[in-house]
Amino acid sequence: MERIDVHPTHVYQGFRIRSGKPYPFGATLVPGGINFSIFSRHADYCVLVLFNRGAKEPLVEIPFRGMFQKADNKEPVWGEFRTGNVFNMTVLELDHEDLEYAFRMDSNYQSTPRGKPGIHRFDPSRYLMDPYARAIGGRDEWGKLADWADPYQHRARIVFDDFDWEGDRQLEIPMEDLVIYEMHVRGFTRHPSSGVPSAQAGTFSAIREKIPYLKDLGVNCIELMPIFEFDELEHSARDELSEGWARMNYWGYSTVGFFAPKAAYAATGPMKDGTMVADELKNLVKELHKNGIEVILDVVFNHTAEGNEQGPTISYRGIDNATYYMLNEEGYYYNFSGTGNTLNCNNPIVRDMVLDALRYWAAEYHIDGFRFDLASILGRDPWGAPLANPPLLEALAYDPILGKCKLIAEAWDAGGLYQVGSFPAYGRWAEWNGKCRDAIRRFLKGDSAMSGAMSMVVQGSPDLYAGRGPTASINFVTCHDGFTLNDLVSDNEKHNEANGEENRDGANDNNSWNCGWEGPTCELAINELRRRQMKNAVAMLMLSQGVPMILMGDEIARSKLGNNNTYCHDNELNWLDWDLQEKNADLYRFFKNTIAFRIAHPVLRNRDHFQQQDSRNGFASISWHGTQAWRPDWNGNALAFMLSSRANGKADGDNPIYVAMNMHWDALPFELPSPPDNLSWHLSTNTSMPAPQDIYEPGNEPPLENTSSFLVGGRSVAILVAK
Amino acid sequence: MELNIKTVDQLTVVEPLGDIDGKTAPTFQDGVLAIIEPGSRILIDMSGVSFMSSAGLRVMLLTHRKATGSEARIVLVGLNENILNSMTATGFINFFTVRNTLDEGREALG
Repeated sequence: MERIDVHPTHVYQGFRIRSGKPYPFGATLVPGGINFSIFSRHADYCVLVLFNRGAKEPLVEIPFRGMFQKADNKEPVWGEFRTGNVFNMTVLELDHEDLEYAFRMDSNYQSTPRGKPGIHRFDPSRYLMDPYARAIGGRDEWGKLADWADPYQHRARIVFDDFDWEGDRQLEIPMEDLVIYEMHVRGFTRHPSSGVPSAQAGTFSAIREKIPYLKDLGVNCIELMPIFEFDELEHSARDELSEGWARMNYWGYSTVGFFAPKAAYAATGPMKDGTMVADELKNLVKELHKNGIEVILDVVFNHTAEGNEQGPTISYRGIDNATYYMLNEEGYYYNFSGTGNTLNCNNPIVRDMVLDALRYWAAEYHIDGFRFDLASILGRDPWGAPLANPPLLEALAYDPILGKCKLIAEAWDAGGLYQVGSFPAYGRWAEWNGKCRDAIRRFLKGDSAMSGAMSMVVQGSPDLYAGRGPTASINFVTCHDGFTLNDLVSDNEKHNEANGEENRDGANDNNSWNCGWEGPTCELAINELRRRQMKNAVAMLMLSQGVPMILMGDEIARSKLGNNNTYCHDNELNWLDWDLQEKNADLYRFFKNTIAFRIAHPVLRNRDHFQQQDSRNGFASISWHGTQAWRPDWNGNALAFMLSSRANGKADGDNPIYVAMNMHWDALPFELPSPPDNLSWHLSTNTSMPAPQDIYEPGNEPPLENTSSFLVGGRSVAILVAK
Repeated sequence: MELNIKTVDQLTVVEPLGDIDGKTAPTFQDGVLAIIEPGSRILIDMSGVSFMSSAGLRVMLLTHRKATGSEARIVLVGLNENILNSMTATGFINFFTVRNTLDEGREALG
């Protein structure tokens, strides 16, 4: 039966319209047309602007209030299309594929000129992008020079959400079983060595081509650095010599639209077809899921690309500045993000927008989880004070659609809030464990008295996450912020000159050690030590309870030449060089086998923290040792431990595991505890040995001849398995 | 867009000429659906199509599904590189039987 609301009631300049529906917000395909709905509390006048795709001049501008014609007899009639603070209208018979739309808003409140502080920033001359735009054009091809004369730079488009998922759903891999691989969409395959055809290099589609690599490595989750539409040309600078870009917003931690995938990350982006871009990303997720790999998005809800009062008007500030941003009494933007503005996350409207966006990504893109950039901001009230019970964080934790999604906080912000171990968790939230990162780094480089701190890391940081369990801890040694693993063992200091700020930007407390020479060297002994340290680091990570995360390329010793803040480079500093896979095949093999070892042994992947009373045949689930069995040294730089059952006391058929980490410069003999059940020790890993004796494939570990003692080389990790 | 439909050696050969997008998709769909009969073998020669939008991809898939639902078979040939790339990137390619040339297409239809 035909719906009765497919017929217009009003006509405006030939466009047939009727009152719309306020919900959902954004542009929604409805029978016969498109429903447009946008909130503004402080605007009292709004115009819908329709464009043909790419056109500078609008097709039509339809006011939400004014004189129209009656649809049946063409007589003049007054009309208003608004419900509460929501302007909504359905326009019939539009070609959604060839359409872009914007809004113009005006208000009786006093407006503020650009550059000046102020509460309201209405400017009826500006085209405003819909905050709920599901597709955004204008930067369809990465790095292409923009037409700055175009008054509408970031152009809202329509998406047809009918992708055929063929039964796919989120994988819901248990948190404790995840091995996360953090990557940048463009950086992963942009390098010419990636072997991907140039038209696809650096895109979603190219990641799909590399799924076999990810599977072979053994990771089961990729975490994508920001893929919400951003403007790579923001704060960009041309390089006059090469006529390319000297600097650009490469990482993308600056959101233009929270509902739209970055068009230029799609191989199909240049076709300027919003639905096609969405299809491409959905197809990537579907194919990853088919291969047992989850997708986590790094989401930036703490600020937008509009900057401070000097910044451009793209959307939010022209729609309702006082709602979307945290402002002080004079109308200056609070800057807890370090980027000029702070999204007003605990305003009920903005909170709903964040929720709507995440629900959309989970429901329409089958995204498995989210990592929240500078998440502590999401726990601040509209005046910046940290809340005891932040409504947004609570709402996310209890949201029905996000009910099985991973929620991961970067539990600090640029305003000085540091909540590692104390982020409001509601039984759901995990954290990037920055303290784990620092402890592993310091233990690794041989700082004195770090064995106690390392023992906490090994257990999944019960000192931080008692009651929350090890799965609250995302363990990592490196991430996009800071050194790569190779540079962590090659540089004492950051080398950020290429960023154009005379090496002032980027963190100074890297806890790194160059092994005797700053930067690349031909010195064999130094390179061998570096190689060993990289293996030690990943072994420590994979042997620790919690959720390990590795950084793209660390498995093949990717370097960023000592630059620890490469946010602005679209070049080899950020592009993964795939030739390293052959050059550093032994390191790759070590990573692969270490990951496989973790996957093979449930005792490394406990959901709960170890309880000291757990026992199996008289052995604690974890016992501590040193150079003498059963006698750990909590203030040294060597640590040994034995795992002999899971935290809940169940053995699950798993083998006991003994690990000796000797971060002393000299070799040390470790007296071995007798394994339970008359089993005997076999050698899995010894990082002091050259490949392939550095690690054996799980299941192929040779027996130890001397089972009472094992000599662990200086700065080396040994792993034994009893069978 | 024009749609030429002819019968060659008991195969129905469909030759769309022009772009397949939101505007032309219905023409394509109506034309192809009209010739689908149980057991028919249809070769769609895409060499005259330079551009296919997301709406084009959808109408192709709908047509294909209706054909297979009536036990008809469809093979696509002559896709240009751009169309092939976008079909691969979006995964639509996986639903179709695709061949390079008319001869290979005929062979695939048996």
